[in-house]
This record gives sequence, structure tokens and C-alpha cells, in this order.
Amino acid sequence: MKSWHLIVDVARCHDCNDCFLADKDEFVDNEFPPYSAAQPWHGHRWMNIKRKERGQYPIVQTAYLPMPCMHCDEAPCLTADGAVYKRPDGLVIIDPVKAKGRKEIVASCPYSAIYWNEEKELAQKCTGCAHLLDDGWTETRCSQVCPTEAIKLVLAEEDDVERMVEDEGLERYRDSLGTKPRVYYKNLHRWEKAFVGCSVVYGDTDECAEGAAVTVLRDGSVAGHGTTDIFGEVAVDFLTPGREYVVRIEADGYKPVELTVQVDASLNAGTVVLEKA
Amino acid sequence: MGEVQRLTNCTTGGPVFVDVQDGRIVRMTPIDLADDDKGDWVIEARGRKFMPPRRTTLSPHAQASRSLVYSPKRILHPMKRVDWDPEGERNPQNRGISGYEEISWDEALDLVTTELIREKRENGPGSILTTCSSHHLWGNLGYRHSAYYRFLNLMGMVHTAHNPDSWEGWHWGAMPMWGNSHRLGIPEQYDLLEDALKHTEMVVFWSADPESTGGGIYSAFESTSRRFWMKELGIKMVFVDPYYNPTAELFSDKWFAPRLGTDVAFGLGIAYTWLVEGTYDKEYVAERTTGFDEWKDYVLGKADDLPKTPEWAESECGIPARQIRALAREWGAKKVMLAAGGLGGWGGACRSATGNEWARTMVALAAMQGYGKPGVNIWGTSQGAPSDCSFVFPGYAEGGMSGDPEKSAAGYRMLYRIFAHSTGLHPTVNAHDSTEGIAIPRLRIPEAMMHEKFEWRGKGFCGPSIQSQMQKYQYPAPGYPFVTMYWRYGGSFFGTMQQTNRYVKAYREGGVRTVVNQSIWMEGEAKFADIILPACTNFERWDMSEFGNCSGYIPDNHNQTNHRVIVFQKKCIEPLGESKSDYDIFAAVAERMGLGDVFTEGGMDELDWCKAYFDATDLPQITTWEQFEKKGYVVVPFPDDYKSTPAMRWFAEGRKRDTPDWGPRPGDTVGMVGLQTPSGKIEFVSKALKNLEMDVIDPERPAMGPQFIASWEGHHTTELYGKYPLQMVSPHPRFSFHTMGDSKGTWLNEIDEHRILHEDGHRYWIMRLNSVDAKARGITEGDLVRAFNDRGAVILSAQLTERVAPGTVHSYESCADYLPQGEPGASTDIAGCVNILTNMRTITPTSHAMSNNSCLIQIEKWEGEAS
Repeated sequence: MKSWHLIVDVARCHDCNDCFLADKDEFVDNEFPPYSAAQPWHGHRWMNIKRKERGQYPIVQTAYLPMPCMHCDEAPCLTADGAVYKRPDGLVIIDPVKAKGRKEIVASCPYSAIYWNEEKELAQKCTGCAHLLDDGWTETRCSQVCPTEAIKLVLAEEDDVERMVEDEGLERYRDSLGTKPRVYYKNLHRWEKAFVGCSVVYGDTDECAEGAAVTVLRDGSVAGHGTTDIFGEVAVDFLTPGREYVVRIEADGYKPVELTVQVDASLNAGTVVLEKA
Repeated sequence: MGEVQRLTNCTTGGPVFVDVQDGRIVRMTPIDLADDDKGDWVIEARGRKFMPPRRTTLSPHAQASRSLVYSPKRILHPMKRVDWDPEGERNPQNRGISGYEEISWDEALDLVTTELIREKRENGPGSILTTCSSHHLWGNLGYRHSAYYRFLNLMGMVHTAHNPDSWEGWHWGAMPMWGNSHRLGIPEQYDLLEDALKHTEMVVFWSADPESTGGGIYSAFESTSRRFWMKELGIKMVFVDPYYNPTAELFSDKWFAPRLGTDVAFGLGIAYTWLVEGTYDKEYVAERTTGFDEWKDYVLGKADDLPKTPEWAESECGIPARQIRALAREWGAKKVMLAAGGLGGWGGACRSATGNEWARTMVALAAMQGYGKPGVNIWGTSQGAPSDCSFVFPGYAEGGMSGDPEKSAAGYRMLYRIFAHSTGLHPTVNAHDSTEGIAIPRLRIPEAMMHEKFEWRGKGFCGPSIQSQMQKYQYPAPGYPFVTMYWRYGGSFFGTMQQTNRYVKAYREGGVRTVVNQSIWMEGEAKFADIILPACTNFERWDMSEFGNCSGYIPDNHNQTNHRVIVFQKKCIEPLGESKSDYDIFAAVAERMGLGDVFTEGGMDELDWCKAYFDATDLPQITTWEQFEKKGYVVVPFPDDYKSTPAMRWFAEGRKRDTPDWGPRPGDTVGMVGLQTPSGKIEFVSKALKNLEMDVIDPERPAMGPQFIASWEGHHTTELYGKYPLQMVSPHPRFSFHTMGDSKGTWLNEIDEHRILHEDGHRYWIMRLNSVDAKARGITEGDLVRAFNDRGAVILSAQLTERVAPGTVHSYESCADYLPQGEPGASTDIAGCVNILTNMRTITPTSHAMSNNSCLIQIEKWEGEAS
């Protein structure tokens, strides 16, 4: 059968928060039995957008990671007594009646997607808009309002989704946790990987070095490469952070330069001046 | 539970379906177009077909609307300040301090009309000042140009003259250079999307952030998908902005952050490169511009021995000379759209001490590359989608029920449609609130309230002609009194104007004996009123409007949206508490003043006005009132025989103008060929500014330009810069729409790029500073900091970021609330009104314009001692 998946493209998110607000609009002060009690006016982030800056002025990028409930297929929050259960379409639901008083459900989520409602003594989270899907909706509130189409609801057979994962290079966030989320990310490297950037200059002319070859090496093997643009700039991405890399910069007629850099997070290695060979 | 009814409404950030159950709004969503909604267009370019998404988009503040309606800060009853006694002690010194008591509507109306009559009889016309904020809640009949202007005209009040706050440098700088007064100095944008998709190779976004500012304005994220199209076509996008802004986050190939106030130097460095390398359109500047050779000598340094080389530019703006040259060479070799401001025009750089010359720089650079030729234009990427301009549905600026041709664009076409003889309806005018009467500029409200005399030039929005901005005005106008009553309407100026402790003090120390505030929420300036009249939101009254279309000085800006969506704004719920619609408040006051029937045309309610308005537009050509009422919206069909007329192509080709634009007006041209300037060309030496020199010499406003003139508050003002070494940019906020949506307990406050919750339970406004500047001050992420200068102090939550250069700090303007920690107007604010820190000085002595982005401050870690 067709089941629920959310595909989030990190490269298309610019933190407009329409998804965060659409979630509030849907759930604050509104209850949708049997799936959810009303979300409190303040405090919960059923759609939580995490923010990260990459690099340093002036070689900078940003990355945002919209995180709803992951609706994991092996969700640690699931309980034997049905207080937290999985629907046939894959959605994980906290039963607002059976789960009352069960604060431990909040801590069970390794993605911190569950919130405690003090007043109602209830663990609460994104329901995947189960009540709307039951009504025939083909969008969640967050996917419907997303202006960049960064969030897409995919109601599809598992085989088709597996093919999408393969074709589009989709990944699960923190896959090693092993909970099998139903939320997939595209361009997740922007969140998880790092770049090394620099600005390259020809020393003899003081002009931007366009077209210089930049190779990033780790233990002698190539970890990434790029070519400087018209401004002499480059950002070589997809590097695993927390490691030391060697950056080799080469341009015809100039002496190559090698920099050794520790990449704990995306790094602007600054201006590199090439001397005439 | 009753059934859920799906109703419709429209906001300043997009149209919405409103689901209502048992008299309560439960949900608001964008409008997904129905199968029978026509209006799609197709652009074929570079082997692809581009069609718009069949759904409308919403700005964040619009998606948060339900929390605005049900805000805990809603004012539900009329109120009176407890120690304000109009027959005894009025205690103005306690405004902002003393509390309020609920009163009945009868009492409130009695008090208000007694004071109105007192002022009219004792002081006469000019004594009652009124002003609204720039942006009201959406709806052509409920908007300020409509019901409010009708009311104030009939009451004989004087409305403050609003300065062209978003146009500034374009208005006072570019307009004398190229006219476009009908757009306050910014250019037409017709059909530039198609032009760009077909021809453009690079877009330079210069002080433009359409992803944050409702596209251009009011159009949510309608243009976002189009920028993705350009990206897919391989069109490069370069950003020049002190902040790595959200549009850059999505699309930037390169980001330049020149030091604040030095964009002109950056631009001149580019022009210099083109001049010495010969990579500019010599034929174009010879045929379409005047004064170019004189300006060329200035750039090359022949006039002042200072060649404006990229190296010189680097010394001012901090961008490496080699990168300035690289940009100039790429620009000179490619077809480039200059997105100068997100609307095509506008941009924070125009709201600064160097704003006039920056806008002129944008015009100059565009002209040097053949402005108007295929793929080469000034285009903000937000307007210029295909749109049927022949279908008449007006924007709010066309006056609605006021019919006022002086303060609105009613005279263009709507006056004769709504108030045609057959309708029996009557427009309103106000001789005192006119060019021949009195003017009180918004930027000088404090001084007007303090009963100080002053002079200035340019009434406000100076649309009639290039020269109208040069006319002299004085306060009080000859024969008129100082103001003694103030009727305030809408959002707070404490967060939006300049040096705003002045605005606070004027309430407490000035000569205004009665202050009325008509407000939806208890915030900002409402807390300084003597009488508060509770208004309701647009979801609690009848109205109608079009998505993204304000018209007036932005004619045909429905071409921001992907479809022309015209909405019947239904009264979704009853007004909360005892609040009333603005129209009903005005009608009630007019009734007590003996003008009820005149105001309401013998008892018309808002729904009656909607029907009359419907009939005055072209809507009956495509739908019936009954269908419109039932469906709640209509999409204007897109014509099969649509003819694309790219902006300024006519000018580049020396033809008669063929675009649907409202100007230049025939009398300002010779045979409809050419611009509004005397020469009909782009004037590097402005004839109008030359003429002005016969009356006054303004050294900061040279006739020949653009010229680099150092900011009067920047890195060249050595002593001040030594004391306050951080330059603050305060753009329009991203999540709230000016003050709309901020504070008042809405959900926007939980967005961690909007406000940050601290341990004391208060959500602090954010100050963004580079990690280098933070480290030097011992500031870490999330610290509370005190931003200050000689004009005041504000407590903010620090965000460490690489999205500003060291030396630049960023904090959005338009905080809605005001929370002084001691004496109002003389103590530290914790709400986040960073405009307390900005300078009241106008761009130049003769340009009556705000300059918020020229502001030097210091920041220190705050340990909690308010002063």
C-alpha cells in the first residue's frame, strides 16, 4: 500500500518558517481526535528548523534542517499498549487519551521531536497531518505552504520510494541511529559535511585567479576538487568534518601552493597568492 | 461541533482560505487554484516552457494571521487613561505610565466628539493631526486610502505627509536624473521576466532581498519559483548587500558586502573599469543620456584629480580591487539585469545618507550597459510576470470610498467609476490637507507636537512632477495653528521612524492635549493615548482586494503575482469583544458629529460598499456578484492575444512608449517619446537640480552625478566613529510585516531568527554581529547586549554570525512594542526599537528623507542594569 514519506531538500530551504507557522496554525488550540490534542500557544516546535552557517566572511553559506517527527518505522517511542502506535500508512501517533501522564515518551525520541504539554500532561508531536489525509488531503500543511518546494509529501509504495532514494540521492538524517525515519533529505551534505573555500590571486598581476585547480587531499588521496570562479574563489564541499586536509592550488604558469588545514566545520581558508613559476 | 465553513480573505502577505467552525477561525491556508480557474501563462525561452505554479503563496506574517486575530494583546473594549480629565487635569506627563479604565462606546464617542468639536471651534483647521502607519490590514475599502481618508476629510483633520520611506534615494536622487515621478523615481518593470528568461546571463542583486520583503511588496513568495527557473537556466546571481540575505542564501554565486555607505564607491570603481577598458555602450550613452562626458571626467579624476579606480574604491568599500574589476569585466561582457532593490527600485541602500547617489549610481551603471535592450534592465525579479493590465481592478492606493484625488490615486480612473453620476455616491476632498493647505511631515511629528517651527522641502510622496519635491513648506503653515489634538491609527512609529525617543517625549512634553489611538492591539504608541478605540482585523469585516496589487505609485504591480487573484474578503467571524471595524468606528463618530449620512451615503454598510466597488471595476465582465460571493475569489483570465512590451525597450529604441505605464504623462514628453526630464533622456547633469541651485545650494545633492559623497555618519566622521565604531544596518523585518505580526504574543515571536526567549521570560529582538566583533567585546551567542549611542540604548539578544562583515551589525527595524525600563523616552528599551539609535537627519538638507542605515553605535555585553 501507499505510505507516508516526507522529502526535504536542504538546498531549497531558506528558513522562511512558513512550515513552522502552518503547523502552529493547524494544531494550536485545535484538537483532532483521535490523533492529537491541542498544541499549546507557545513552546512547542513540532516542525523544528535547525540553523547552521558554513564558512566565514566572505565565503559563507547557510544550511537549514526542517525537522518534524521522523515517523520512524522502528520508532523508539512506540509502546506495546498502543499509547504510541504506528498507522498502516507509516505515521506514528501518540494517542492523546492513552498517553496522558506518560512523560517518558518525550525522552524516548533520539531526534528530540516530542514535546511535553504541561497543562494537558501529554507528550505531543507532529502527526503527519493524519486527520487531513483521512479527509482526502494530498499535502501536509508544511508541504502545502512551502514556497520553495523544499518539503514534499510523497504518498507512495515502498518500492517506488526506494527508487527515489536511489535516483535522487536521498538520505536519512542520523541514519546510524537505526530507527528508519520516513523523512528523507536531499542535499543533506550541506548540514552534515563541510567545505574548504579560499580566494586565489595571481601575485604578479594582483588579478583574480580564475580557473585555478583546487584539490583537497586526505592522507594522500583526493577528497574533493574544484575550480576557482571569475572572482578567484572556490568552495570544495562534501568533506567530512573533524579531519585535517591538504589543499593544493594549481594554475598554469604559477607555482603550486599547498595548505594544511584542520576542518572542524566549513572553513574559509582566506586569500592565497600564487607566485609566477 | 458545527461544520467547517471554508471562507476567503486576503492579507498583506497573500490570499487565504479561512476555515471557520462555530464562529471561530480554525485554519488559514494558501489558495490552491481550482480546475476552472484560468489565468495561466506560458513563457517559452531557451528551449523550455515555463508555467506558473497553480497555487498562491503566503508570507510568514500572513501564515501567522490566526495568532494576530486571537492575540492576547487584542484590545476588546474602549478605554480611557485613568488620569486624563478633559475638563480638568490632562496629565500629559503621565502618558506611557498611567493605566487605563474600560469605558463604554457611548462614553468613548462622547469624549472623542467633545474634543473634536473643542479643537475645531477653539483652534480651527490644522489643529487636529492624524496619521496612520504605512501599512494597514489589507482590503481596498478598509485600507487607509479609503475609509480613513473619507473620515479624516469629512472631519477636517490633517493627515501627516508620509515621506517616501521605501523609495528615498530613488525619489530624491534618481527622480531628478530620469523622472519617473509617477513611480516616485523607480522604473517600470513590465514583461521583464520573459526578457530575462530569454536573454539575461547574470543578475546583480544590489540591496535586494525579495525573499524577505514579500517579493517586491505584498506578493509573498510568488516570484520565488521564477528565480529557481533562472538558476536552472544557468543565469549567475551576484549579491551586493551588507547582509548575506535570505535571497542570497538560496541563489548566491558571489556575495559582496561593501562597508555601509560606500556602495557608490563600489559602483564608481565598476564604471571606471568600463570607461578605461571601453566595455560600455557608447552609442547608448551618446543617444539616450546627457551630461555623460562631464560625469566621465569626474569618474576618471580629470575634474578633481581623484580617479575613481577600483583601488580607490577598495580603500572606501573594502572589496578587493581585483574583484571589483572581475565583476566589471563579467558585467561588461554579459547581458545583465540589475536587481537594484527588491521591487526594481527600493533597497536599504536608498535609506541612508548616501541613498540619493546610490540610486543615481544604479541608473548610471544600467545606462552604461544599454538599459532597455534585450536582457539588460533594472529589474528586481519580483515584478514583470505576464499580467493583463487592461483588466481594471484597482489597488488600495486608488482611494476606494474616499475618492480623494489629492492623497490617493483616485483621480487616475476610479473616481469616475465609483462616483459616476449614476451611482449617486460622493467623493470627499479636504482643502486644508492639500498642497495649498497645511502639511506636517511624518519625520517631524515630534517637533510638530512640541510646537516648534520648522521648514523643509517636498511635501511627502512627491508624485506630480520632478519639481514638486523641491517646493518649500513650513510648519505651521501660514494662517494655521500648532496641532493640539492627535488621532493615531495603526502601527507604532517608535520602531519605524528615526531617533524615536523624540516620538515618545512629544507625547509627554508636547502641546497636544488630546490623543486618540484607534488600535487593534495594546502595544507601542497605543499605550500613550488618552482614549483608545478598539478596532478589529480584516477577518472581522467585509472587504475586497487583489493579491499583491496596491497600485498608485506602483502601477500594475499585480504583475508580481503568478495569477491575478481578486478576493472577496469575507467577514469570517464577529469582531472580538467590543471591537469594531474601522468603518463602523468612523461612521459612529461621524454620526455624533452630524455627518453620519454624509460618511455612509445614507446608511451604506461595508457590504454595500463592496457591491458598489464590484460594479465600478471590470469584475462584472468575468463573473457575477453572486458567483463572486459564493466562490470568494476570481482569477482574471489570461488573454490569448497577450502582447509583451518589455519595460524601457521603447526608450532604448527611441520609440514612443508602448507599455501600459501611467507615465511619463503626455505633457511631460514630446510626443510620448522619451523620459520626463527636460531633455527626455537620462541626465548625468540634472537640469532640475541645476535649476534648484538658483534657489539653494545643497552641497550633498550635486547636479552632476552620481558622485561619491562620504556619509555624514560613517567611517569618515572620525570622532564619532572612534566613539561608536559599529555601523548598523536595520532593514525591513523578514518575518513580521513592519510592526504587523511582531510582539503581541503571536507565533512569529517563536521564530528564532525573529526573537529569542531569555530566562526572564521576555523574547528579545536580535542584534547580529560578526564573531570577530563579538569576541573583541566578550560577547557570546545568546548574550544580552546593550546597543547604544548618544541617542539612546536598546537591549537585544546577540547572534554571532558570518553573514555580516566585521564592523557591520544588523538588526531589523519595526519592533511593534516599546518597553522602557525607566522614564519613557529617556531610558533603555528592551522591546527592540533599534530606531531609537538612528539619526533624525535627512539624507541631504533638501531631501526630506529617512536615512536609517547610516547609524553608528557601540555594543557591550549587558549584565542587567537598566539605565
